[in-house]
Amino acid sequence: MDLLEFARGPAMQWSLIILVLGITWRLFGIIFLKRKKDLSEPRQGGKWGGAVKTVFSRSVPAKAFWSRVMYSNIVGYVFHIGLAVVVFAFLPHILWFKDILGFGWPALPSGVVMFFAVVTLAAMVALLVRRMTHPVLRKISNFDDYFSWLVTMVPLITGLMAFSNTGFGMRYETVLAIHILSVEFLFIWLPFGKLGHSFLVFLSRGTTGAIFTRRGART
Amino acid sequence: MSSTDVNQEHPIDLESKRVSVEKPEKRYDLQGEMPDDERVQKAMVNFVKDFGSVAATYMESCVHCGQCAEACHFYVQTGDPKYTPIWKLEPFKQAYKREAGPFSLIYKALGLKRKVTVEELEEWQELLYDSCTMCGRCTMICPMGIDIATLVGMARHGMFQAGIVPHELWAVAERAQREGSPLGATPSVFEDRVEWMGDEHEVDMHIDEDEADVVITMSSIEIQKYPESMAAVAKVMNHLGLKWTFRTDGYEATNFGMLSGNTAWQKEMTKKIVDAAKKVGAHTVILPECGHAYGALRWQGANMMGEPLPFKVRHISEWLAEQVNNGNLKLNKVDKSVTFHDPCQVSRRGGATQGPRDVLNALGVELREMDNAGDYNWCCGGGGGVITIHRADKLRYKAFEIKMQQIDDTGAEMLLTSCSNCRQNFDDSQEHFHWDKTMNSLLELVAENLVEN
Repeated sequence: MDLLEFARGPAMQWSLIILVLGITWRLFGIIFLKRKKDLSEPRQGGKWGGAVKTVFSRSVPAKAFWSRVMYSNIVGYVFHIGLAVVVFAFLPHILWFKDILGFGWPALPSGVVMFFAVVTLAAMVALLVRRMTHPVLRKISNFDDYFSWLVTMVPLITGLMAFSNTGFGMRYETVLAIHILSVEFLFIWLPFGKLGHSFLVFLSRGTTGAIFTRRGART
Repeated sequence: MSSTDVNQEHPIDLESKRVSVEKPEKRYDLQGEMPDDERVQKAMVNFVKDFGSVAATYMESCVHCGQCAEACHFYVQTGDPKYTPIWKLEPFKQAYKREAGPFSLIYKALGLKRKVTVEELEEWQELLYDSCTMCGRCTMICPMGIDIATLVGMARHGMFQAGIVPHELWAVAERAQREGSPLGATPSVFEDRVEWMGDEHEVDMHIDEDEADVVITMSSIEIQKYPESMAAVAKVMNHLGLKWTFRTDGYEATNFGMLSGNTAWQKEMTKKIVDAAKKVGAHTVILPECGHAYGALRWQGANMMGEPLPFKVRHISEWLAEQVNNGNLKLNKVDKSVTFHDPCQVSRRGGATQGPRDVLNALGVELREMDNAGDYNWCCGGGGGVITIHRADKLRYKAFEIKMQQIDDTGAEMLLTSCSNCRQNFDDSQEHFHWDKTMNSLLELVAENLVEN
């Protein structure tokens, strides 16, 4: 079995198993803790609606905060949208999804996806620089923050290398294998560290949305 | 130490604008005798004790984006990153991941999260008490929706059990538990002052009635500093012809058990009001112009008691709004421009933001809202027990500068709020800054403008 076969075969299987099990474990470890019934008289009903609403509404900071968080929000959005385009709109990726899910969707032209990839990369660099220089971010950042950045960055770079056939002496197959392995490492890391926000975001926004809606407070 | 000794050691200073214990010559910010390890252990056990699904969700979700700092008056005014709200929980986050989180086994086995030390907890005392009013503005900015203010409250549970509470806050909480009021407003003092206000304002006072529909509670800040509010509330009640009473066995609405972090005391303090209201068969308990008293009874009361409360709980401002909106209460027009300072616990965290505005509307004032008024209001900086702590004064004044600027910008003639703790912070800061603006009470303005039938 060569490296590419390993990446596409057992490594892929195991990384996906760890991804699913890890997410399940983490979510169960939170959800199945005791949940006390709130005995206070609610001001209004509709807490589930409030939960769903807040999952969406928290995507944009309230106007009151705009002037202070504009930069990080814009760069953050550029990064997240860019990454989503790269992951979900690139033809080879869609074929991979189709393999697993059984269905696909239309792709964007490769050139467009690559443009997004470069923009995403730039946004990530900007976010890293900010994390390393802003006094607040420097103080509160830990290993997880930097490591998760790296784990996200490597697939992006190796993907660009594979696409542009830049192997620095390595064969295309090797570069592709490294790219796939780096994504698999991301799958393995995702459930455990801060990248878990990709699924926790629904839970935490929804929780606050439900509690505050019950009180009749703004969420 | 006898209680007289404790009172002598921590005398209440009723002369200054802010009521707390006098500035201690020597600070005792560590309570009780116990080995360091035990302190840390107690802090952590009591922090994770009530760890339910909600708190765990929040603990797991932080992405270290740092935006919460931008919502916090203490960070914004100082630029010091240690005041970043989520950083105030750092030792507790460590402890959670190590002891209670879904991956705690891995963290422990690999030694990835080290044990928290007592020195760290002492260092964090300032962050959890002096520099957090639990106003929850950070909760509103967090893109993950983490309710940081609630977590700070939980961390305080741990800190209290470990005996790591700021001197003054511990002293007033201890006094509240022992005497029934944090600031010396014992039942007999309360009774005297109610009578005094009755005579002074020629208003019928109802105290310790056996039956009543409405039980009125007070905050000790009002009893001691703004006793007119007792006359004001009595006037409104009498005007509406309600069957109401003050109760000497359940009058103190402030809850320093909650603020300091002692859950057992919190429950005891809540229970007094609940029992008194049950005894007289009240259908409504009205909370005074006090922010955290609202959260303590309205949202936490039933949960403390472990059963739904057999009466409605209303903040005085939302109750007045109900009376105005259902046509019971008619008010004279007040020809003034007014700006209203939202008490965080009533508006942002309590959901009663609209109430005071309905009352102001009925008063016919020209309401000049501050920037971000209502749910995104800047906290005055004195809540959550912060105002009692002398060493926090400098920081509190720094945070208050935002408020002064905001209010000056409105150009309003009159300042109103519905929280006596905010009010005393305004009074104290007014004196400190030689500011020309004085805070007033919404309730008192209403009481002065009742339309006689």
